[in-house]
Amino acid sequence: MKSPLFLLSLLFFLYSCTSREQVITVRGSDTMVALGQKWAEVYMNKFPEETVQVNGGGSGTGIAALINRTADICQSSRPMKASEHKKIREKFGRDVIEIPVAKDGIVIYVHESNPVAKLSISQIRKIYTGKIQNWKELGWEDKRMIVYGRENSSGTYEFFKKAVLEGEDFVDYVQTLPGTAAIVNAVSKDKYAIGYGGNAYSQGIRLVPVSRTDSSEAVEANEATVTSGEYPISRDLYFYLAKEPSNALARFIEWVLSDEAQEIVTAQGYFPIKTSKTHTKPTTSLTH
Amino acid sequence: MPIMQLQSTTSARAERIDFLMRAIILVVATIALSMIFLIFIFTFKEAKDVFFDAETRHEVLPTLFSTNWQPISDSPKYGIIPLLIGTLKTTLIAMVIAVPIGVLAAIYTSCFSPIWFKELIKPVVELLAGFPSVVIGFFALFVLAGFLQSLTGAESRLNALVAGVAMSLTAIPIIFTISEDALSAVPKSIQEASYGLGATKWETAFYITFPTAYPGIFAATILGFGRTIGETLIVLMASGNAAISSWSLIDSARTLTATIGAEMAEVVFGDPHYNVLFLIGTALFLFALILNSIAEFYIKERLMKKFRGS
Repeated sequence: MKSPLFLLSLLFFLYSCTSREQVITVRGSDTMVALGQKWAEVYMNKFPEETVQVNGGGSGTGIAALINRTADICQSSRPMKASEHKKIREKFGRDVIEIPVAKDGIVIYVHESNPVAKLSISQIRKIYTGKIQNWKELGWEDKRMIVYGRENSSGTYEFFKKAVLEGEDFVDYVQTLPGTAAIVNAVSKDKYAIGYGGNAYSQGIRLVPVSRTDSSEAVEANEATVTSGEYPISRDLYFYLAKEPSNALARFIEWVLSDEAQEIVTAQGYFPIKTSKTHTKPTTSLTH
Repeated sequence: MPIMQLQSTTSARAERIDFLMRAIILVVATIALSMIFLIFIFTFKEAKDVFFDAETRHEVLPTLFSTNWQPISDSPKYGIIPLLIGTLKTTLIAMVIAVPIGVLAAIYTSCFSPIWFKELIKPVVELLAGFPSVVIGFFALFVLAGFLQSLTGAESRLNALVAGVAMSLTAIPIIFTISEDALSAVPKSIQEASYGLGATKWETAFYITFPTAYPGIFAATILGFGRTIGETLIVLMASGNAAISSWSLIDSARTLTATIGAEMAEVVFGDPHYNVLFLIGTALFLFALILNSIAEFYIKERLMKKFRGS
């Protein structure tokens, strides 16, 4: 007895055989979903015989899809965890292929009227672990800080915890909001607020330059400082593959790393993985 | 003779239809019941590892009743106390606002207002009941939060009060419409008897109509409570979601539902964190079940006896 679902998928399979060569399915990070969809759109306009489907759901969802073979590419805004590496090895008998495709600067937002000129990584860590609670300690008014952060399901949360808090737990009064836009909005309305998230421009907030140590110079997040790694809180955004890419897949990934696709990265508010001048063809990363 | 024939065929047809209808209702009711049962089984199955899997038990149980909710940590802590406090805080605020408004508005519409007003206001409020909660959440996040902060001087803009006030907007329509139905269902003869004894309009409304309709109003309150405690999006957007154990109404709060809503998306299947989220789901399910059972079997019956003297 054949289930309707089976028949449906058979029809879909036949349809995809006749009309298209291969469908590339991309799933994962919500941070990257708009970027991935823009890539897919431009790519399909350029090569009409290819089909790229992009879905969000979160980095973890994408990794699960990769493990369950329901996606060819997983987009992830964080590196895979050891436990996830292990699952891939168990299921596919090989290591996952990791390809950084873009960079993202994590910036610190404060209200536009906030006069604090710079923050060091250790100051940010103290703010988010509850050791600095008052703006007076940073030379401003005697007011309690209102601290905003992301939900612990977010890749940004995990990156921030690892890179800035060095693995320490967030203090319990951090107010967690769904999405960078919500944080930007909250900070813009709250004079004594501080928040973190992706590189975003909005009215009412100011991005605070960040320094690596208390004594070093503070750096603003822009294309030059993020791609060179001079800006201290930047992360890579990844493609993950669980098996050797087919020709179509390899072509798509190669294109994503091309200058043309990396310009889309900039247009979407992220930063290219390499500046176009030092750009080298990264096909070698696909062959091992 | 033809008339007799007609009658017998209609009665035979009526019986057939009757049988068919009964069968359909039975099937639908069985499906609905088994679905609820299966959902519960599924939820509990995903949560049971917290108790029955040694490794998970060792990771979860020691911190389950602590005041620290830090599931993504090098040493994960699954304290649900702040989540319980947050849920109670926001739900109570919502009910304290929604019950008086909903019930009093229902009494006014049912006992005092002219017919045309009732016919206008009821559909409007019912429309409000169908309002997407995400829109109410947005409203709370952008408008209500700032307004309430300037009113209360709260340190954090997003807090339990904002979420509670926003959630009361979802509970008011339910409480209002069901209470209104209950009040309108009170037999006119009872009210007329009251007027006959010389009682005024408001005396009749508060001492006669209201107590008679009390079981229905109570059911409305319970349903409103259920809607509030299950509300996820509004609290996710408006409560600030900080897992702190504070009873202050203008501090941030994190609720059970918001925790599931925020964290389920990226949790690794089968992880202790995943199991604990399902445990929270089971707890919410049991909570709703117990609440409804109390309403259905105990209070309603007792109130019926008290007010109807039967």
